[in-house]
Amino acid sequence: MSGVGSTEPPRSAGAGSAGAGAGTSYEVIAIGASWGGLQAVGTLLAGLSADIDATVVVAQHRGPESSPGLLEAILQRSAKRPVSAPDDKEPLERGHVYVAPADYHLLVEDGHFALSTESRVQHARPSIDVLFESIANAYRERAIGIVLTGLNQDGAAGLAAIKEQGGVAIVQDPSSAERRAMPDAALAATSADAVLPLAEIPGFLHSLHLGAM
Amino acid sequence: MDVPRDGSKDRLSPPRSGDEDVQRIEVELLLEGIYRRYGFDFREYAPASLRRRLRRRMDSEQLDTISGLQDRVLHDPAVMERLLLDLSINVTAMFRDPTFFVAFRERVVPLLRTYPFARIWVAGCSTGEEVYSLAILLAEEGLSDRVRIYATDINEAVLELARLGVFPLDKMREYTQNYIRAGGTSAFSEYYVARYDGAQFSRSLVEGVVFAQHNLASDSAFNEFHAISCRNVMIYFDRPLQEHVHRLFHESLATFGILALGQKETIRFSPLESCYEELDAAERLYRKVR
Repeated sequence: MSGVGSTEPPRSAGAGSAGAGAGTSYEVIAIGASWGGLQAVGTLLAGLSADIDATVVVAQHRGPESSPGLLEAILQRSAKRPVSAPDDKEPLERGHVYVAPADYHLLVEDGHFALSTESRVQHARPSIDVLFESIANAYRERAIGIVLTGLNQDGAAGLAAIKEQGGVAIVQDPSSAERRAMPDAALAATSADAVLPLAEIPGFLHSLHLGAM
Repeated sequence: MDVPRDGSKDRLSPPRSGDEDVQRIEVELLLEGIYRRYGFDFREYAPASLRRRLRRRMDSEQLDTISGLQDRVLHDPAVMERLLLDLSINVTAMFRDPTFFVAFRERVVPLLRTYPFARIWVAGCSTGEEVYSLAILLAEEGLSDRVRIYATDINEAVLELARLGVFPLDKMREYTQNYIRAGGTSAFSEYYVARYDGAQFSRSLVEGVVFAQHNLASDSAFNEFHAISCRNVMIYFDRPLQEHVHRLFHESLATFGILALGQKETIRFSPLESCYEELDAAERLYRKVR
């Protein structure tokens, strides 16, 4: 159902949009990635045009023992905006990139982050589903979810939740993903607003940004 | 919020995002009901993870709505008991964040040695993994007789598990690795014996430990401590409740006492921040200075 490069602009949030003053309706861009994600997320962040000031939140699967700060440092090289792993209850700032810390689930509540050490979901902690579902609840039509490369099913239910709450669902074109299982699962779970090769996702985000102004 | 003030508005169908608002109402009503019926106060828990836990219980009880769960919980204490476990068990691991235990050994143990007798409070000890980890560390530092651990949790059933000290055998591999990276000076396997599928930890480790029920949300300070460890417990609380607990800890700590938080927890957002200095910023070890 999802046309590649679909030009149909998702409804911009009407009345009641909390981010009113800033001129854009999309407040959070959520990115989920697993196998092959490091490079994919880096590419995506590098392509993000500077005028997109939404908060970017990344759930990248990683082992509990991954060195603290390493993922952030790697992504910082590609991103032209600050990258960090948030502390519990840290407020979301516009124009920042946040990555889920190792061995925690990262959740978003209204305006701030929350963490959890609950059991793995889809064998993962951080889990993309947990992050996306919390963002769907907190930001609804002001959220954009993006599922990238990966070898499992994580992110599918979360992306469906974002879509259900009126947000935008974007999936990396499975045939162009390093591992297609995760994008495939996401497409099976929801009708995406766009299915795109990695290189075209920043442009689509930009068109959403402009369309919402 | 453009919610009509009275019922006179002819808005029979709720706004588009109606489902979400209904859920929020349901959660609030459920928590209020639990509080009034059973006295457990989850009203100031962080909503996102709370909602996940509620949904898990709903799935297990085969219920479709939070209101349905409310019905069951209010009329059947057995359901409440199960929900209480869902809401109050914090999943953790022995020697979680090994570098924390290295820092504790290097920076907190020397401070504890300066006291003839010291007390450590493990607040929100859940099933006891942190308690046994600290008890092992103190034993290896020869401090078992001079440092008493007070381990508290809101949930009596969980405390009972902590007292038993039996952890899943299939976790021992992970815990052994953690122990080694945490700077353990012995062989981890010396501390437990395998029994069926459980690892029974040595009773002598917790002989001096005081296990007691304590509710961080509603109970007051009960002793003066030289160190408090409360790692990954307050992440489930909302900001006002976190603030309440920080006041409780501040009140319970001796001057120059140590506060240990989880690796991604901070007192940066607390008005009490200025009462502490960082002993080890990365490991979230704070020292009360005023």
